[in-house]
Amino acid sequence: MTRKLELSRRAALLGLGAGALSGCDQLSEQPGFRNALQSVEGINYRLHRLLLSGPQLAREYSEADISTRFHANGTTMPNTDAYAQLMEGGFASWRLRIDGLVQQPADYSLAQLRNMPSRTQITRHDCVEGWSAIGKWKGVPLRLLLQAAGLMPEARYIVFYCADFLGGASNPNGRYYESIDLVDAFHPQTILAYDMNDQALPVAHGAPLRLRVERQLGYKHAKYVMRIEAVASYRSLYQGRGGYWPDRGYEWYAGI
Amino acid sequence: MTSKAKPRTSRTADGRERIYRHALLVRVTHWINVVCIVVLLLSGLQIFNAHARLYWGSDGAWSDPAALSISAVTRDGEAVGITQIGPAKLETTGVLGVSARDGEPERRAWPAWATLPSFKSLALGRAWHFFFAWLFVLNGLVYLAHLIATGRLRRDMLPTMAQWRNIGPSFVSHLKLHRIRGEDSKTYNVLQKIAYLAIIFLFLPLMLLTGLTMSPGMNAAAPWLLDVFGGRQSARTLHFISAFAIIGFVAIHVFEVFLQGPVNEIRSMITGWFTVEPEKKKETRDDAKA
Repeated sequence: MTRKLELSRRAALLGLGAGALSGCDQLSEQPGFRNALQSVEGINYRLHRLLLSGPQLAREYSEADISTRFHANGTTMPNTDAYAQLMEGGFASWRLRIDGLVQQPADYSLAQLRNMPSRTQITRHDCVEGWSAIGKWKGVPLRLLLQAAGLMPEARYIVFYCADFLGGASNPNGRYYESIDLVDAFHPQTILAYDMNDQALPVAHGAPLRLRVERQLGYKHAKYVMRIEAVASYRSLYQGRGGYWPDRGYEWYAGI
Repeated sequence: MTSKAKPRTSRTADGRERIYRHALLVRVTHWINVVCIVVLLLSGLQIFNAHARLYWGSDGAWSDPAALSISAVTRDGEAVGITQIGPAKLETTGVLGVSARDGEPERRAWPAWATLPSFKSLALGRAWHFFFAWLFVLNGLVYLAHLIATGRLRRDMLPTMAQWRNIGPSFVSHLKLHRIRGEDSKTYNVLQKIAYLAIIFLFLPLMLLTGLTMSPGMNAAAPWLLDVFGGRQSARTLHFISAFAIIGFVAIHVFEVFLQGPVNEIRSMITGWFTVEPEKKKETRDDAKA
């Protein structure tokens, strides 16, 4: 009798636990609840903007700290014919397009970018998955390109369109893209890198050009950048959340 | 408030003494803590599953040696879960590395029943984790302010000199699983006080600070965090270790609730009123009360 009671109580507790868990799963899939959970992203973003309003730099490391192997995540070889052609030609015919809310839209060749003032930094790359790797990056400060183009007053975000598609080239929504605010866009460590560890940027890491936005997680560091657009809002782009991974539930502000 | 403040008392229907032990604010913040700790643990394990390896230092990724890792290998066509801690490797199929989901073996570090959501979703795990982290911190600050403002910290939480002197006998008393009755049950005992103080002032701040150290934005705002914890990956490892220290505390806490009398203890955390059970037979407890 007691044992039976004991067992049924245990079963009830287990049932309660399982019920609570599956309830949480169902809650997780409700857009309203999900939005409520994700509302703290706005708090985190505003708080970080208060804390990071000055020129606070991400930590820079020494040559000795550079990771022996730097894991390449996401796309490691863009699967389009257009990219294959660019790669075959050593990216000689590649051009970086800068347009949108700017006074002077422009196209830059890789050689032109290499002739501009550069910044070299040894920084830590933190993947949202949890791992970190340290690498040396050389590139053009994004600030210089934006100053040359001349942002219009209504420009608030900088969008990066990439050459790669995740989840198959046939999926038009699979194009990788990312966006950052002007605070990060004009930050001294925000560069468009063409060299990694003193070599030309490898294809696996985003050749010929990738973004480094050092105070945010790895998925913000768009690889294979083809076009940069200044916009007032990213709501009309793709799923409207400002990036490939943000469109899939990750934070747009990835400083955490 | 003075240290002589006495708790409100009354009598139960059968004449036993009752004391008003937990203020409303303590009860409310306690149960919010319960929800927060469960959600933070389960969503934390979901986040951990995205990269089930722990390192020491600034960096660490797939090809680097791990202090701890949970993985799955294929042996004779079967998935085998492997948990590696330092040089030791254990087969943990069924729980860690490989576990059943809808009757099928699934390769995942922590099993579905230990993660939130139960299905694989780093994005949702992070959403749950960060929301409840804020709630947990704010709730903790409200409790801490109450603890200090009411003088409870000094009066109820700091061990007295007499308690410090009797820490040895108190330890033995705990090991013997004594039930605390009578006068002794009206105050926290010395080990209980040390446990509460360690959680409030050591492990929870450690949890928060190591969590912040994993944020690249916070690293730029407060670079000293990286130096305090020996790098971002060290902070991630310490975050994991301190989570399990808190689980250890919760396990002992719940065990003591059931040892000392679950109905009375849980009721006191709901209504605030704690019934003082009379001592069964006359014997001086090892844990002398101040």
